[in-house]
Amino acid sequence: MDAWLRFRKNRLALIGLALVLLLVLTATLAPWLALHDPTRQSLIEKRARPGAKYLLGADEFGRDILSRVIYGSRVALLVGVVSVLIALAGGLVLGTAAGFTGGWLDTVVMRVVEILLAFPYLLLALAIVAMLGPGVLNTTLAVGIWGVPAVTRMVRGSVLALRETEYVGAARALGAPAPAVLRRHVLPNVLPGLVVYATLFMANAILLEAALSFLGLGVQPPTASWGLMVSTGRDVLLVAPHVATVPGLAIMVAVLGFNLVGDGLRDALDPRLTTTR
Amino acid sequence: MIREHGHTLDIDLVTHRYGSVTAVADVSLAVRAGEIVALLGPSGCGKTTLLRVVAGFVRQSAGSVRIDGKPVDHLPANLRNVGIVFQSYALFPHMTVADNIAYGLQARGVQRAKVRQTVDQFLEVVRLTELRDRLPRQLSGGQQQRVAVARALAVEPTVLLLDEPFSALDKGLRLDMQIEIKRLQRQFGLTAILVTHDQDEAMSVADRIAVMNQGRVEQFDTPINVYDHPATLFVSGFIGTTNLLAGRALASSSVGTLVELDAGARLVVLGDRTFPAGAPVVLSARPEQLCLHAEPAAERWRVQRRLAVPLGPNTVHDLATREGVTLKLVEPRLGAPTEAAGEAWCGLRPDARPGLFSLPSPM
Amino acid sequence: MLTFVTRRLLLAVPVLLGVVFVVMLTIDLLPGDAVTLMLGEHATRDAVANLRAHLGLDKPFLVRYLDYVGQLLRGDLGRSFQQNRLVAAELSDAWPATIELTIAALLIAAVVGIVAGIASAVWPNSLFDGVARLFSLFGLSMPIFWTGLVFIVIFSLWLHWLPVGGTGSLTHLILPAVTLALPSVAMIARMTRSAVLDVLREDYVRTARAKGVGEVWVLGRHALRNAFIPILTLLGLQSGQLMGGAVLTETVFAWPGLGRLMVKAIFARDYVLLQGAVLVFALAFVVINLIVDLSYGLLDPRISRQG
Repeated sequence: MDAWLRFRKNRLALIGLALVLLLVLTATLAPWLALHDPTRQSLIEKRARPGAKYLLGADEFGRDILSRVIYGSRVALLVGVVSVLIALAGGLVLGTAAGFTGGWLDTVVMRVVEILLAFPYLLLALAIVAMLGPGVLNTTLAVGIWGVPAVTRMVRGSVLALRETEYVGAARALGAPAPAVLRRHVLPNVLPGLVVYATLFMANAILLEAALSFLGLGVQPPTASWGLMVSTGRDVLLVAPHVATVPGLAIMVAVLGFNLVGDGLRDALDPRLTTTR
Repeated sequence: MIREHGHTLDIDLVTHRYGSVTAVADVSLAVRAGEIVALLGPSGCGKTTLLRVVAGFVRQSAGSVRIDGKPVDHLPANLRNVGIVFQSYALFPHMTVADNIAYGLQARGVQRAKVRQTVDQFLEVVRLTELRDRLPRQLSGGQQQRVAVARALAVEPTVLLLDEPFSALDKGLRLDMQIEIKRLQRQFGLTAILVTHDQDEAMSVADRIAVMNQGRVEQFDTPINVYDHPATLFVSGFIGTTNLLAGRALASSSVGTLVELDAGARLVVLGDRTFPAGAPVVLSARPEQLCLHAEPAAERWRVQRRLAVPLGPNTVHDLATREGVTLKLVEPRLGAPTEAAGEAWCGLRPDARPGLFSLPSPM
Repeated sequence: MLTFVTRRLLLAVPVLLGVVFVVMLTIDLLPGDAVTLMLGEHATRDAVANLRAHLGLDKPFLVRYLDYVGQLLRGDLGRSFQQNRLVAAELSDAWPATIELTIAALLIAAVVGIVAGIASAVWPNSLFDGVARLFSLFGLSMPIFWTGLVFIVIFSLWLHWLPVGGTGSLTHLILPAVTLALPSVAMIARMTRSAVLDVLREDYVRTARAKGVGEVWVLGRHALRNAFIPILTLLGLQSGQLMGGAVLTETVFAWPGLGRLMVKAIFARDYVLLQGAVLVFALAFVVINLIVDLSYGLLDPRISRQG
């Protein structure tokens, strides 16, 4: 596939892919990579500087930051991947139904989507997470649900455009029933755009979870979430800045990875749309 | 496999509006079984919209479409059993020629053996048997079109719809394909509708032409009648070339009308249309209906000869009336070249029946 | 033209009503019963019932919704639980700070972003372009709250140039505004670059160049005017980002704005205040997008003619 070739030639995209793989590996191999128990507190070594024992230092409870960052990657990846799946599933179903069927269903769905998208992004997520309650799973669900309106709108737009093409017209005239037309002609053309969107969504999902946890409304202690670590590190910012800043770096690296991959995919799949010309 | 009979198609007072724009206005057409009708008109006249209404892609605002007398308005496109060939052919790019043709049959749940048989048959019909395993992008334009036609015919449609199918082909190929489609249509006795903006195509392919303008059908008749007896000013201007001369009707009867032309002649135009005395009219005369004379007469008007261009067996004259209206006159050359200079007198040929229309009211 | 404006305004009304509906519904669905929270766990059933009736919380949702809309139209946002002050008063104390922050951030983002974007488009693939694009990528990937903390560490702790938090003078505004602006600068720079590049490629620009017209003139006259619309869209969209980001930035810098107020309301379970705060944000966003929509109409005659 020439798209893959184009992707391969894009150095930034490959770097992004490497970062994403790093994230996946870290998350999967966390128990083996972490040198210390991420929850083990040590009152003597509170706020220890990065050094021989604690490679990235210790936090305000004496826990090894590096180990916590490594375990934090699990939360980030979990939220990133699962929330995307939720958003895609919901968005595909609603968007296709609205775009293909049209009529009142389309109107209703789009009104609701419009209203939900009228909220600034953080507020909507805050509302959902506040309703569901704190915790990793709820946060994941909240981010996923938060993503459904945007995906719905995107899918609907694609489906609407494709519905009017002559391919769909020919298929319908030849007698193909709606589900078959969707399956063979519409969805395959919606998917590439969706893949790009999904990758960039994962980047935003990680940022969003970090923000929610930072505010104290997402993942709860003692689970290691990067956002939460930054938040608690604030208390000791003036004396031990590394506690708050190191986890944030991890967030940035992960998000950067997904952004690069997403950009690369977009350029590879439709060269006309490149932003990185 | 030749079918015994085709299907009739009736379009009854179909109107369709897109928001505030009326694309099709009160169109009624009765298409006979086995007939091929052309919807001819400039872009924006509503012909494509009408086709889409018949196909079932668009639900019309008002009116009804009937196949064999039974209304099909409530049926979605995939249940109407119409075959459609698009301008872009819309062949499924990732499927082979054979698979494309098989598509409709498979969609209807026909058994695999029968599908194969039918596909083979239609590959024969369009003479593409050796190319059955090619992909569309590996075919030439003409071949792609033949696949599109075979695909539409394979499901034995009640009506065949063609949306400007020849415009993507170059001239030589176009004529071949037009003949081919007509041949297939005859062979299968299919009722067909062809949408086109090319009048030559409509004239040569269609049994009857519906000339459309701004959503309405201005004339629905055989090609010869549309050319020889245009019903409206628009049709006379759209089909073939014509010369327009303004004037006034002096007296009118069921046999003809006495007209005084602004160009300075008084003549009788044969025809059964009557006009109130003094009404402004337009004479629409085709280039071959005019002739040049050296001497004046009451029914001739003065023209200035500007150019005389030989075109095949004819000479095309470029003339100007005393008011500066340009006229085109065509006459057989008969060997001797004519000098194109000076004045002459222009009149109607004795057997000519030009069109006479009321001047459209100022908008 | 007037029809266009009226149509847009009318279309905005159901959205606004819908927003209020969703906010109320959400607050309703939040865990914890407002009345019990106010009176404490040991309150008697009668006391609870009384207060509930007094606050009108025993009426069905739709009735409460309509009441609330009526209230809103009169400018009455209810009373905050915590301090028993009028919500409207609390909000009006807080929102100037947020507006100050958001506008500062928007200005920075727009100016820096657009200029950088244009420069990138005019000298594509140059060193500047490369650095700018890299910067954009990082800017988009950095969580705002972290960026803020890093800035505090660098500029307050290490360099002692700027204060850590709070408000009062321009120096207090700089760090929060820049922090908030960063992701938007990145986004705007990217899109501006893309939009201007698109326009520079167009046939009519090539024609103008071929006619010998100066590069700057081409840029100003054609490129910018047509790239303006996508950039305008972006600014409208970014306002949403800025509002969300304001919540985080205000928390990090202890900036006394609506965002910080909202977060405090969440933790204090002060639902009336929360409802008011969320509503203000959401409605502001709708209004901003409406303004962007209307500006399209003014700028692009084709759109206003269609209505």
